[in-house]
Parts: sequence; C-alpha cells; structure tokens
Amino acid sequence: MSQHPQDERFVELVHLVKAYPNPHGDPINVVEDVNLKIRKGEVISIIGHSGCGKSTVLTMVAGLNPITSGGIVVDNREITGPGPDRAVVFQSPCLLPWMTAYQNVMLGVQNVYPHATKQERKEIVEYYLHLVGLGESMHKYPRELSNGMQQRVGIARAVALQPKVLLLDEPFGMLDSLTRMELQQILLGLLDKTQATAMMVTHDVDEALLVADRVVMMTTGPRANIGEIVETPFARPRDRDAVLEHPDFYPLRGRLIQFLEDEGHRRDAAAAKARSERDGQTVSAVEEEQVVGVEEVAEASAEAAPMPTTPLGETLDQVHSEQHVSS
Amino acid sequence: MKEIKYFLLKLIDVTALNFLEPVVRLCYGEEPKVQLEKIGLYILVPMVAFVAFLGLWWGVADNIMTKSGKVPTPPVVWHEASSMWSQHLAAREQRADFYKKQEVRVAELEQKLAQLETPQFEQRLEKTKADLEKLEAENSPRAKSKRAVYESMASQVSNLEAQIENAKTAQYAGAPTYIDQIILSLKTVFFGFAIATAIALPIGILCGISRVFMAAMTPLISLFKPVSPIVWLPICGIIVGAYINADNSSLPPAFISSAITVALCSLWPTLVNTALGVASIDKDHINVARVLRLGFWSRMFKIIIPSSLPLIFTGLRISLGVGWMVLIAAELLATNPGLGKFVWDAFQNGSSQTFAQMFVAVFTVGIIGLLLDRIMVIFQRAVSFDNAQAMAI
Repeated sequence: MSQHPQDERFVELVHLVKAYPNPHGDPINVVEDVNLKIRKGEVISIIGHSGCGKSTVLTMVAGLNPITSGGIVVDNREITGPGPDRAVVFQSPCLLPWMTAYQNVMLGVQNVYPHATKQERKEIVEYYLHLVGLGESMHKYPRELSNGMQQRVGIARAVALQPKVLLLDEPFGMLDSLTRMELQQILLGLLDKTQATAMMVTHDVDEALLVADRVVMMTTGPRANIGEIVETPFARPRDRDAVLEHPDFYPLRGRLIQFLEDEGHRRDAAAAKARSERDGQTVSAVEEEQVVGVEEVAEASAEAAPMPTTPLGETLDQVHSEQHVSS
Repeated sequence: MKEIKYFLLKLIDVTALNFLEPVVRLCYGEEPKVQLEKIGLYILVPMVAFVAFLGLWWGVADNIMTKSGKVPTPPVVWHEASSMWSQHLAAREQRADFYKKQEVRVAELEQKLAQLETPQFEQRLEKTKADLEKLEAENSPRAKSKRAVYESMASQVSNLEAQIENAKTAQYAGAPTYIDQIILSLKTVFFGFAIATAIALPIGILCGISRVFMAAMTPLISLFKPVSPIVWLPICGIIVGAYINADNSSLPPAFISSAITVALCSLWPTLVNTALGVASIDKDHINVARVLRLGFWSRMFKIIIPSSLPLIFTGLRISLGVGWMVLIAAELLATNPGLGKFVWDAFQNGSSQTFAQMFVAVFTVGIIGLLLDRIMVIFQRAVSFDNAQAMAI
C-alpha cells in the first residue's frame, strides 16, 4: 500500500506523556511514553479499560488536549493544535442542534474547501450524506433524527473534511447493538472507499477486531502504556460475516479478552494492596492514595465534561467559576 | 377537522396559552375525563381564586375610610375604567372632528389662493413693480403711495400662504387620554429596553468569552446592579438636561431620562444571563469549532450566539419585566407623560374619582406587564432549539 518510506510512519506518536495534577497539585502521568507508528491508509483501534487513557491519547492526536511531553507527527508535521486534517467523530454526535444535518456537514466543508463554488460544496455535502445513508433526511434537524442517524451525520461531517487521519472516540458507545452493527458496516464501507488513515478508541473487543488492521491494547493507568499490538489478518474490503467466519477471529478475540482480564486483575490487586497498606498505616500509604486519586482525576478528565447549569439569578462570580470556554 | 385541531394545538403551543389546550381537546372528545380534570385545575381553580380575591377586596375596601373617600370597590373601579374608556372614545372623536375641519379649511384657503394667482394678477403685480421702480428712480412724491399699493398686492399672496401653512400644521391640543398615556409609557419602556439590550448584549457576550473581560466587569456589575431607579433618575435628569433642551428637541428630556433610567435598571438580567449563556456553551460544541478551525465571526454567529439564545431571551424577558416596573416609578418622579404621571396626577387631585383611577392604573400596569411577558415567552420558545419541535413540524 505504501510506496514512500514516510508513508510507513504517516502518523507517529513519540514518547507521548500526559500528566494531570492529583488533588494535591502534583503532576501524575496518566499516559506515559506511548510510541506508535501508523502507516498511511492503516486503521488502528485502541482498546483498554475505561479510564486507562486511551481517549486521552486520541484527544492529544486531535490537538484538543495539550501534550505534556513527547510529540505527535502527522504527515511530517508536528501537531500544535486541533485542525480539520484530524477530524474527530465524538462519542456523542455533537451536532449543532440549531442546524440541519446538511448545515452541520456544510459548516466544516465551507472551512475546508474555501475555494470551491457553492455548487461544488453542495455536491460534496450531499455525496457524504448519501454515503452514510442519509440522502432522504439531510434537511432534518438533529432532534428529528434517531441517535444512530445523528452519529451518521457526525461521521459524514468528519469524513467530508477528507482528513489525513480520521479519529473516532468510541463512536458507537452510546448506540444499541443493532444500530451499532449497522453503523460499523457503514464505517467499514467508508474506510474502504476513502482509503482513510484512522484511529478508533473503543472498549468493544469485536468492534476493535472488525474495523482495525492493528489493535493496540493499552495497559491500565496511571502510567498507562501500550501493552500489546496485534495485527488482524482479515482482508479488505471487509464485511462482518467474513470476519466472523475467519479461523483467526476467535483466537484473536480470546487474546484480547485475556489481556483485558489480566489488566483488570492487575488493577484490582493494586487497589487492594493500596487499601491494605492504608489500613495498616504503613509509611507508603500516602503515596498509594495519591495513585488512586490520580486514577479518579484521569477518569474524570477523560470522560466527564462539566454539565452546564442554567439557573436564572446567578451571580457573575458563579458564571465565572463555571466558565469552560478556556480554549 | 383533524387539521383544525392540530392547527389549534400548535397555535396554543406557540403562543404559550397552555390552559386552553384541554378545552380544544375536550371539544374533539379526546379523553373527556382527563380534559375536564385539567380544565378544573388550569381554568376553574384560578377563576375561583380570582373571584375570592375580588370578594375579599370588596369586603375590606368598604371598611376603610380615607380623606379621598372610601377605598374603591371592584364595581366602582370597573365603572371608572369604562368611563375612562368612553372619555377616550369621545376625545378620539373630537380629534377626528378637528382634523376634518382643518382639512376643509385648508381646501378653502387653497381655492382662494388659486383664484388669486391668475396670469392677469401676476401681470398687474409685475407692472406695479416696474412702475414703482421707475417712480423711485425719478424720486417722485407718488412713489410712496405706489409702494403701499404694491406691498398690499404682494402681501395678499404671502398672507394666504401663511394661513394655509398654519392650518396644515395645527395640532389637536386636547389633553392626552388614558390610552394615549399607556402608549407613551410603552414607547418609553421599549426605547429604554432597546438601549439596555444594545449595551447588555455585547458586554454580556464579551464577558462570556473572555475571562479577563469578565474579571474586569465583575466589580462594576456587582456595584451598580443593586442601585435603585430612584437614584438613577435625578442623575439622568441632570445629565440629560445638560445636553437636551426641552424646547428644541424632538424628544423631551423627561422622556429620555426616564428611558435611560429604565435602561440602567433593566440591563443587568440580560447582561448576566448572556454572560452565563455564552460561558456555559456545551464543551463538545466548542471542540467541534476547534476541530473545524472556525474563525472568530463564524464561531460567534454559528455556535456561540445560537447556543446561548435561550438564556439570552430569558434575560431579555426578565429585563423587560424589570423595565416596565421601573418605568412607572421613573415616570412618576420625572413627570414624564405616561402611566406613572397619571398616577401622580391622580394622587395630587385626591378626589374619590381619581382614587378609583389609580386602581384602574394598577390593573393596567399588571395586564400590560403580563402581555409583555407573554410576548417574550413566545420569542423565547421560538429560539429554544430543545423544545422548538412544534415550530419545526
């Protein structure tokens, strides 16, 4: 697939570190020394326990989350912030509710193809909405669409930017299993059609195997790292039945699950050890407590976005403290 | 039939008159028991409460004696309200009469002017003028009498023209009726509300997007927000008086200072709610904007403003309510023609009739405040993307 040597390392993560402060203000590495090379056109999926830092890695590649140390290079250029060359499909569809599906996709297209004529842009938007099967309802508002359909728009919006890397952050995590299967099929079709380089975070083992060329397994945080990488032997273009019938599928699946179980045990053991040491009031109890604290911080930072509140008579001080537009 | 029902239900939803919904549904025989229950709750109970209030008022009012007579009872107030209405109608008729007469008069004068300004008359005027110049050049004694002739001829025309002008511009000078005063009050409140919005929206948005600006504004806002309209009014009056003269301005200074007072008191809810709305934009939407690398204006008009519109309108709604409340006080003190001044004049008069008029004013202020609030609710619903479903379908 790759002719040039730089295509072998189209996306490169070098000694990537992310630190969050623990409750005492000391930095703790949530993700530590992650190194990964991704070929052009390759699809990578990252799995791991929730809170292990897999989403942190993805948001760092997206540029939405500042890097503590190390670097990320995409197509020979080190990334410094977010941009449409690294389009993201978020876990929740994140559509703008005051715009139709068409307008949501057009918002990005307008910015990425500034020299295209109106007609050309219209064709691009319509093309991608048709690809995800929304040709009929492209002028509906998000609230008129089911969750699955909204996420289709989210995917179309990202792919229409023709990004260098397509980033998917647990894109089907909020969908029921039938819809999820439908969307996985659509995603596979899109990846085959566009030959896109992609990175997908998921905690669904089957999904990881189905979509990816390589599955990256991350160890449990803090100091999360890449544990193992497996290549999938399934041919492209792919479809679900062929993958499920492949003789290597179940052994690979077993291997992934084994890894996750081992990591789970390791984490439980560490937590139990910390607890027993704390109860025994050993000297190192404080340190272990910090570690547990960090895990919570990391999880909170990775998963939970602060909920905006909308009371009427709030004072400006409160407004100030609730401000999250700190880009 | 179904279409009419859906249309009515949608209309009720859009206008936020939800208490009518069970009535419509009952008319179409939809679950009569449930609808009757709702009618009882949303229409019957409030009506009973209101009637009870009227009874209480009546009972209490009859027993309070003041120097302006007894406190007016509901029927007295009602009677006063209807007589104020008929006074208004009578005044309107008078005014219409006045302008009708004026039209007739203008037409008469114009006809006269047309009769006068014939070519013959022009010729005679020209000739007299030429004669006059000739006599003056000769220094003849007849020049003086000739000049008098010429001037009287010329003044005939200018006199008529001046009369027409006068007749045209004459304004009906009757006292403003109660309805006129309500309209004046509404003008003042909307003028003030417009000023407040023009100040509060940009500052609120800046507060929401910039922490620095918010930090700079917080002490000012906290300091001035609690200041009462009674304090602003004299200050505004003096400053406005320094720049605007009562005689040569199209807007009277009392009007402007009332409006500015309204603005100063009503801009805070809009400002605070706008700042809150902008500051609490969904983080995901901000991320979308960052990934798409939207420019400042595009971010502003496609993401920040639409997403904070519901809260902005909540603020505007509170602001308009505050403004209307403040206005009455401001007008009362500034003696700006309007409802406030009406109440003040009634108080000064002190008769039992004007006492009843003050009660009419209370209900007028209440009903208009209610209507303004309803209008804002309708706007608020129209821009709120979460429950605007009914509008879209």
